[in-house]
Amino acid sequence: MNHHNGERVAAAFATFRGQPTAAFMPYWPLGYPTLDASVAIVSALAAAGADLLELGLPFSDPLADGPTIQAATQQALANGMNSRRAFDLIREIRHRGVKQPLLLMGYYNPILAYGTEKFCRNATAAGVDGFIIPDLPPEAAGPLASTAADLGLAMNFLLAPNSTAERIRLAAKATTGFLYLVSVTGITGAREGVPSDLAAFVAQVRKETTSPLAVGFGVSRPQQAAAIASIVEGVIVGSALVRLGVGEGALAKVVDLARSLSEATKGALPA
Amino acid sequence: MEQQRDESQLPDSRGFFGPYGGQFVPETLMPALQELETTYNEAQADTSFQQELEMLLRTYVGRPTPITYAKRLSDALGGAQIYLKREDLAHSGAHKINNALGQALLARRMGKQRLIAETGAGQHGVATATAAALLGLQAVIYMGTVDMARQKPNVFRMQLLGAEVRPVESGSRTLKDAINEAIRDWVTNVRTSYYLLGSALGPHPYPRMVRNLQSVIGREAREQMLAADGPGRWPDTIIACVGGGSNSIGIFYPFLDTSSQMIGVEAGGLGIAGGQHAARFADPKQGRPGVLHGTYSYLLQDEDGQIALTHSISAGLDYASIGPEHAYLRDQGRVTYTYATDDAALDAFLQLSELEGIIPALESAHAVAEAIRLAPTMSPEQIILINLSGRGDKDLDSVMQALRQREEEKHESS
Repeated sequence: MNHHNGERVAAAFATFRGQPTAAFMPYWPLGYPTLDASVAIVSALAAAGADLLELGLPFSDPLADGPTIQAATQQALANGMNSRRAFDLIREIRHRGVKQPLLLMGYYNPILAYGTEKFCRNATAAGVDGFIIPDLPPEAAGPLASTAADLGLAMNFLLAPNSTAERIRLAAKATTGFLYLVSVTGITGAREGVPSDLAAFVAQVRKETTSPLAVGFGVSRPQQAAAIASIVEGVIVGSALVRLGVGEGALAKVVDLARSLSEATKGALPA
Repeated sequence: MEQQRDESQLPDSRGFFGPYGGQFVPETLMPALQELETTYNEAQADTSFQQELEMLLRTYVGRPTPITYAKRLSDALGGAQIYLKREDLAHSGAHKINNALGQALLARRMGKQRLIAETGAGQHGVATATAAALLGLQAVIYMGTVDMARQKPNVFRMQLLGAEVRPVESGSRTLKDAINEAIRDWVTNVRTSYYLLGSALGPHPYPRMVRNLQSVIGREAREQMLAADGPGRWPDTIIACVGGGSNSIGIFYPFLDTSSQMIGVEAGGLGIAGGQHAARFADPKQGRPGVLHGTYSYLLQDEDGQIALTHSISAGLDYASIGPEHAYLRDQGRVTYTYATDDAALDAFLQLSELEGIIPALESAHAVAEAIRLAPTMSPEQIILINLSGRGDKDLDSVMQALRQREEEKHESS
């Protein structure tokens, strides 16, 4: 049996508190490029140094996502992905021996359509440890958050560089896992470099909370990952991996990048 | 003036009309929405802001728009007397300018030089481009490529007005996808840009703000119906088309405390049974409450919560969700919602053109279609008021094509 629950999420990041290193959390859309291939890729990411895994549940209108993840999740939908199949795939991923905390990232409407309580129960049963829901700010999360709390699922809220001190406190209070810092005002997508105001953003959040912090959106290269790892507890990479997900040798390319990102978050940079 | 009855009640402080509405958006937008709400509240209380808006509505938009008695149409139907609130005569050709101008003034007040907007039929895009030109602001308009093809004249109009029209290729390439792209732009440029949402939907405070700005329609109509040129009393029935729901809430809202019956007309497309429509309330299979574009309301979706593709002959009604206040008014039983098919709207388009010399927008033709259905069941002493939300020049291509198709089908079946 897997012992998965929300506390493992905070714990996985907390290990890196005060360290120059960080947890590495790759994102992968369930059902992309095919249902089976996504299980293989997620399992390979787990073996390539992921400390936690963020699994995407596709939505027809992903308004926080850039072109790479839009295209991938559209493909996943075309492949027949839905919440029920997502839980099947997650069970399969657990069955393959993946032990890391699994976070389900999805927009709110498919969760509502499935039924929030049933969604939480079935997610827990499948082996999910928590949720990231980009269009559900803390003040709207009440009903889902209370069921999640009952089941021990971690709720993880997002913060942006323009979040006010009041909003940082609100998100910190509602978060039972980690705070997801969006590196820039913008949508997901691979970018170069580390935003110049990221350190100030992190410092501002630290002033208000002791929750573990992870940074995502725009992280694509090991150098970026290393720099970010030195100031927060987690580094999240999505589009840079997802864009390698099709074509010949896709799996090997995804795994290679994931491995070097993982190593970068642990202080080892490729020459 | 903007101040409204019941404003203290709905939406509540978190933007809910009963269970509908709210703010379901990425965190990056939450500070922007709070800033917008604060600015809007200040502007509502600021006499000089209200005076400038009123002056521009009068001297630039041409308000008040008249009420026209549609005598020949009424006679032909042989029932209720039909009056038209002539939003088609507002500058830029539709009611959309009432909202665009008000929000553009807000953007200027907030120091934002760049306006972002989505558009379906192109009327909101044109209105935004117009307001931007008037106030010296930059406008970026997102429009699905399907809509660009069927509303070509409006694309060119926006460009003439100095706006940049950005084609949207994602999803169904219609209004829904244009809103997705507009929101993505807003998330990215939130510090410098103002999102000028065109309908009474999206996250709080937009549904409230757009309703209040569009309520000028109903406030004028209340007075005009009692004035010398009017019938001398308020209508028995008010009819308006409902896409997102801005022209309809604009005429309904000021009449909510009267005994007038109200009917919102959704796009019935090719009929409800086949699923090719945008009638959120009429299709129990696909239409259920859910979250799209920041608000909780009725939504056409599949059983997995993926947003359904919609169809309407009219680009402005071709949208999967409906403003949250409409969902509330429907639950309350205060407003009745029905639909008109593409065919009925096309017939109404032709009939109003021939009998009254008024070419309506295909959107507005849906409201006319319901009046054509309903009027003969009413007595000649009764009064229907239609909100004629826009003019039909933009639709000539679509109508020509639809008429040609009709001819071909007639030949095939004979």
